[in-house]
Amino acid sequence: MDDDLSQILRQHRDELRHPLPESLRRKLNRQYAPRRPWALRSAAMLACACVALAVSFTLGRSSSQTLSGDLLAQELVGSHVRSLMANHLADVPSTDKHTVKPWFEGRLDFGPDVRDFPQEGFVLTGGRLDYVDSRNVAALVYRRGQHVINLFEWPTSSVSTEAPRLLTRRGFQLFVWQKSGLAYWAVSDLNAAELQQFAGLWQQ
Amino acid sequence: MGEDHSGRFQRDVLPHLDAAYNLARWLTGDDADADDVVQEALLRAHRFLPGLRAESARPWLLQIVRNTAFGLLRHKRGWEELPDEDEPDPSADASERLATATDLLQLRTAIASLKEQFREVLVLRELEGLSYEEIATIAQIPLGTVMSRLNRARRMLKTKLLKLTRSADG
Repeated sequence: MDDDLSQILRQHRDELRHPLPESLRRKLNRQYAPRRPWALRSAAMLACACVALAVSFTLGRSSSQTLSGDLLAQELVGSHVRSLMANHLADVPSTDKHTVKPWFEGRLDFGPDVRDFPQEGFVLTGGRLDYVDSRNVAALVYRRGQHVINLFEWPTSSVSTEAPRLLTRRGFQLFVWQKSGLAYWAVSDLNAAELQQFAGLWQQ
Repeated sequence: MGEDHSGRFQRDVLPHLDAAYNLARWLTGDDADADDVVQEALLRAHRFLPGLRAESARPWLLQIVRNTAFGLLRHKRGWEELPDEDEPDPSADASERLATATDLLQLRTAIASLKEQFREVLVLRELEGLSYEEIATIAQIPLGTVMSRLNRARRMLKTKLLKLTRSADG
């Protein structure tokens, strides 16, 4: 009986939510930041990188992809969370893919795949450089209502195509796929169905 | 504890600040109160963190937020949670359909006019997308009560919306 009501509420969900004031977000993030976050984190990242490096040396680069998958997923979720907390989502804030893509030139040793799906409700809001699995990667930032999607891209040694698959880490959804020599990792707190829709758009 | 504790807090709890604020703001109906509630709830959450099991940070934090918010309401306005029966049964005509282009302001007004315990379940379900089980944990009520409150909240909301649109048209 409440189909129409539910539909209306769903439609206006994002507008009905009260956004957290930025000043309060900053204050709380500062207040509850770990005391030596960067030192600790670099140590942890170094450890991750060493493990990944060791694995890739012993088993070859191609098989390290799946072996380091879990570490990678954790690292990417960490990157995603940090990008939201540190208020450092984008080095190049722009909704224009023709601004975002050229920005990466000279900053990366590959050309990232930059697309925009405003009609489907996934809006490009910028890009930044990130450091994952001991290499520089492209991070593209999309918004879906209140939710942020970080899409990480970097080149792989294999040219095989892998369909998107879902991983869940610490309450975040990740879709990972591979296409035309690039690995793609989409990370978000968005529900799995909508993130899958996002991943699906990239397969076309 | 030190590093681990604050690292875990940042990793598991801080990502849910947006949900915490939204709930606090809907329950208190006031920017400054919501601000106070979130800050106080975060202090409590930080203290209670060792009691948090890994998989359930969001409902856990929201439960602290709702308890803090209701504590503030009780303190400020002598607010008291009434049993659901005290609310006259709403009389929404199920067959009458809402206009699809419902005015956002009317929608906000109608939700804000619901009693706290109904507004709470509606916000958690429709705006935060939580499961019935999670809502039962947060509001500390049985699952059956979650469902009946949600049903009544929807009916009341529909009644109010129909009334609002009618008076706007007339």
